[in-house]
Amino acid sequence: MSDVIIAEGVSKSYRLGEQTTAYNLFRERIVQVFKSSFAARTKPANEFWALKDVSFTINSAEVVGLIGKNGAGKSTLLKILSRITEPAEGRIDLYGKVSSLLEVGIGFHPELSGRENVYLNGAILGMSRREIRRKFDEIVEFAEIAKFLDTPVKRYSSGMYVRLAFAVAAHLEPDILIVDEVLAVGDSAFQQKCLGKMRDIRSEGRTVIVVSHNMATVSSLCQRVIWLAGGKVKAAGEAQSIIRQYLSEGVENDFVWTPRHGVLSAFEYHSVSIESSEVSGGGEGFPANAPIDVVFDISIHDKFPAGRIEMRLQTDSGDLLLTSTSADATGQVNHEWVRGRQQLRCRIPADFLMPGRYFITITEPYGGYDIVRENVLTFSVTEEGSLAARDQRGGKIAPLLSWTFPGSAGVPPAD
Amino acid sequence: MHTVIKPRRGLAQLDLAEVWQARELLGFLAWRDIVVRYKQTSIGVFWAFIRPFLTMIIFSVVFGRIAKLPSDHVPYAVLTFTALLPWQFFSTAFADAASAVVGNGYMITKIYFPRLILPLASIAVGIADFLVSFVLLIFMMIGYRMQPTWRILALPLFFALCLVFTIGLGLWTAALYVKYRDMRHLIPFLTQFGMYVSPVAFSSSLVPARWRFLYSLNPMVAVIDGFRWSLLGTTQLYVPGVIAGTVMSFVLLISSVYYFKQTERVFADVM
Repeated sequence: MSDVIIAEGVSKSYRLGEQTTAYNLFRERIVQVFKSSFAARTKPANEFWALKDVSFTINSAEVVGLIGKNGAGKSTLLKILSRITEPAEGRIDLYGKVSSLLEVGIGFHPELSGRENVYLNGAILGMSRREIRRKFDEIVEFAEIAKFLDTPVKRYSSGMYVRLAFAVAAHLEPDILIVDEVLAVGDSAFQQKCLGKMRDIRSEGRTVIVVSHNMATVSSLCQRVIWLAGGKVKAAGEAQSIIRQYLSEGVENDFVWTPRHGVLSAFEYHSVSIESSEVSGGGEGFPANAPIDVVFDISIHDKFPAGRIEMRLQTDSGDLLLTSTSADATGQVNHEWVRGRQQLRCRIPADFLMPGRYFITITEPYGGYDIVRENVLTFSVTEEGSLAARDQRGGKIAPLLSWTFPGSAGVPPAD
Repeated sequence: MHTVIKPRRGLAQLDLAEVWQARELLGFLAWRDIVVRYKQTSIGVFWAFIRPFLTMIIFSVVFGRIAKLPSDHVPYAVLTFTALLPWQFFSTAFADAASAVVGNGYMITKIYFPRLILPLASIAVGIADFLVSFVLLIFMMIGYRMQPTWRILALPLFFALCLVFTIGLGLWTAALYVKYRDMRHLIPFLTQFGMYVSPVAFSSSLVPARWRFLYSLNPMVAVIDGFRWSLLGTTQLYVPGVIAGTVMSFVLLISSVYYFKQTERVFADVM
């Protein structure tokens, strides 16, 4: 076995404030030019190292998992490996054709038919027209959408859409495949099919790098794992033992998020955190029968246009479970802001979620539109007090609904 | 295949071979834009006729009939239409190319491909539209019984000049747009204001001789005069102006490719 990926001292820095400031304005640039010609050079802006001195090697025909908390540098590393962004320092040698799937269905257009989108998406993923034509039937068969080939994909169900998108990606023939959480799509039967496809890819002697939050997937798929923490390689080695270390550190939860970027506008996030009166032992998660509060600690520094904070709750298979916004109770789409520092609180009721891991994505109002902050918080709901744990029922949520019985006011008869 | 990823320093590597390898993708993206546009409109391809046709009528009435500007001895409608062909190609292709990178930002943050493909695909769409409107010109010339001369052979050269200028300005703006979102306001301004400073609605013979050279620093002057010269044969070709426009266009093109390649490395970071 030979090395196909050799990374040495890879670092990537963002200047604080710049990383996510959506854009500069001409005006600011002009002001800056004037300032710097009159004032002494200001000291360089604060730098934030998303990756610092990361080195590793990956052999051919190896499936390697990349794990770590949010903000550990996984996405940055994937983006550098996929050549989407450039490292600030270091060097990576890749031997072979590289394909990266940070998202499935890139370039899919809703107005185009399934057939047209296969060609378009294939081309974007780097396949030639001949290659796509050769694999076309196989792709359609894998996606199970033959009947709807000439229907615009805007009429597809989300399941069909995702199956088609994944099918195109699955028929790439790279030497090195880079995958980000894309397995978390479709129903479980389709996921099994995708996992099977990934194993085939490995048995064909190709190399796969997978990022996943789902440790079950990682341990079933990968022989080796690289664990990133704070932009550095914390540990690397045999999958099972690294995953065990990772889980034992209780690092799978992120209860507090503080922004890494500077203040972008008159709206400022100080922090967003999860609170609950009851935490089950060892900080592993919250009992299903206790409410969970998401607390938004914000400041409004100046007059700020009406807007809202959105909170999206995702399950660990990537499904969007619900969206809630700070304007929901007002009856309007947006609401006015009060100046000053304040806390907004969103309560997820007790007896509502299934046991499992959840990710919270929030938005940051930016005068007119929102900046999305993905997966800023992670938490688990334990089986403690859960209805689902009592009888292994199915479903996406496990709410305690009210039942009435004849002759009682909602109280079940004693048995 | 061996790929090395490391920070690029100094002057950008052009790496145009990579763009050439991705030409199929360029074709697919252009094809997508054309197909989607026609699927979304009810009269589809006819828009490519209607836009220049209506503009031509308005210009002939306002400038030909009301303002009574000289028409160089050809019908005013033909005078404006020969200019509208390259002008509408320029204004549409330039505006689309300029917004191509920002408009496809989600692709840029999710996958690698030569970024130059995006604005170039927009320009390819413009070329397709140009060819459609050109058919209308052929009908008009038949209608007015105008015989083309050997000069029509020079037409592709003037279109090539127009293309060079459009790509140059388009790439500059597309790259600047990523960093400075003010471009959103500048782009429509450039295409509107540009129409008044280019001889679209009038003949460039109206420009006083001493200002002629300065006026010709706008490459669209050479392009439009060139179109009229090769199609109508009436307009005098002002050679220093054509040379100035050509030099300007190529300077713009070469500098724009360098600037684009220089800044593309941070596209995904600031998107």
